[in-house]
Amino acid sequence: MNILDLTVRQIAEAVKSKKVSAREVMGFYNERIAKHDKKINAFITLNPAALAAADKVDAQIQRGEDPGFLAGVPVATKDLFCTKNLKTTAASKMLGDFVPPYSATCVERFEAQGAIVIGKTNMDEFAMGSSTETSAFGNCQNPWDLERVAGGSSGGSAAAVAAGFAPVALGSDTGGSIRQPSAFCGLTGIKPTYGRISRYGMIAFASSLDQCGPMGKTVDDTTLLLDAMCGHDPKDSTTSTKKWDPLRDIKDLRNKNLKVGLPKEFFEYQVEDSVTKAFWATVENLKKQGVTFVDVNLPNTASAVPVYYMVATSEASSNLSRYDGIRYGFRAEQPNMGWKNLEELYSMTRSQGFGSEVKRRILLGTFALSSGYYDAYYLKASKVRRLIQNDFLNAFKSCDLIMGPVTTTTAFKAGSKIKDPIQMYLNDIFTTSVNLAGLPGMSVPVELNDKGLPVGVQIIAPHFAEKNLLGLAQVIEDNSSIRDRRPNGLQ
Amino acid sequence: MLSRETVLKVASLAKLSITDAEAADYQEQFDKILTYFTKIAEVSTDNIAPLITPIEVDTFLREDVVIKENSVEEILQNAPASQGNLFKVPPVV
Repeated sequence: MNILDLTVRQIAEAVKSKKVSAREVMGFYNERIAKHDKKINAFITLNPAALAAADKVDAQIQRGEDPGFLAGVPVATKDLFCTKNLKTTAASKMLGDFVPPYSATCVERFEAQGAIVIGKTNMDEFAMGSSTETSAFGNCQNPWDLERVAGGSSGGSAAAVAAGFAPVALGSDTGGSIRQPSAFCGLTGIKPTYGRISRYGMIAFASSLDQCGPMGKTVDDTTLLLDAMCGHDPKDSTTSTKKWDPLRDIKDLRNKNLKVGLPKEFFEYQVEDSVTKAFWATVENLKKQGVTFVDVNLPNTASAVPVYYMVATSEASSNLSRYDGIRYGFRAEQPNMGWKNLEELYSMTRSQGFGSEVKRRILLGTFALSSGYYDAYYLKASKVRRLIQNDFLNAFKSCDLIMGPVTTTTAFKAGSKIKDPIQMYLNDIFTTSVNLAGLPGMSVPVELNDKGLPVGVQIIAPHFAEKNLLGLAQVIEDNSSIRDRRPNGLQ
Repeated sequence: MLSRETVLKVASLAKLSITDAEAADYQEQFDKILTYFTKIAEVSTDNIAPLITPIEVDTFLREDVVIKENSVEEILQNAPASQGNLFKVPPVV
């Protein structure tokens, strides 16, 4: 049995039926990480307790107990999620030595189904970035082409699955941070409806936009992780009390009886040829299968990126005020003359602890919220945000789902955009509006382009309509030519 | 363009100390970013209420049960400096 070829469901079944032990599965992936991660840098910290946790799963099975539907499944977990007794850095010097005393609810929930954190993955510092180049622990490389970025901010999670370091990963998405790296690395990535999964224990970036979700090789892999994590959490009052109906046992999730909207405005942007080509080929293919398409309008698309950066930086400036060097995290070294005052401790700690992109965003957000500018920037952005949401609600009157590209390009070369914030931000044009409106969105891999780089498409559903999202994704996956492909050089 | 004073004022509000060179950099970058933001100023938002959180949050009630999840010791383990049960800070007066 080649463990690398097993899906999440197959791993759990093989472990439960003792065809393979959870320890063997974990050992297999640990070995691959030891052999190849120097080239990729997908992980910041490996979980030293992972093998012991695998033994626990095996022992449960020996005793005739059911460890859950994710028995022995290793999960590459973004280093944004608190993991009890396991260092959690958010890829920042500020949290370089932070060891959380508790785990995030989503982590607890997949652990309750027998899954195990294999390690904590690299990311943009505090999830602020689109390329995993703002990490305090070095860039993460794209397994399909080591000169290119894995995307971001969940770049390490995407790279880990693409490189075969774990069968599935946990990411977070504030403006595209699950969908864009999934597209860049040839994965399926889901950002559920805002409020579907608890944010408790997920280090906050922009609280009204942040949502965590699964990233994996297949729709089914991600569905299983989704099933484990969704549902109300008393520890996060923004989680929805709507019941999550599990999807993993539905015999056939495929749904071709759907009307899909194509937003005219999405196609007015300059998009790389291979992205456009893969997109329209997918549309044609779906048409042949009986899926119908209609044109829809999202007139405020052009405002999405500026509104997103106003809202996200404002919320970030508030959220990141907690890092003051007092209760946890980094504290600047005391000057020889001693601290002048508490203010000096705060500002030296924050200036030394945060990287430049984080500082830029805190400053921008502080500006947008400051007296005299609040109305023109934050308030104005929040009003346009409603218009963006209204656009989607109107569009969904005439269709079940919306489809578009995920990004304007395939994975770009490291260093090519990091110096120009606006160029980097514009890469998020098709993903940010989904977070602003709180909708579920998904990236589905379609093919490799002529450079051997993965291309994906994005589907967007109305609030809480994840089932339709996965239903169409499954149909797309059936025709994807990338599903069984692996990057070269990582055997 | 935002003045140097505004950038320094904002930095002080955000409790970030920045060098002169950084202030000049931020001045230039913010100018570009804020020019880009002027796009949204043109969008008409008369009678539009701001959208602060994307989903209607339903209120829920739970039993008020005492649960002990973290100990003082565990919490203090991450403190850069502590004494007894307290976080240690430099003298403030």
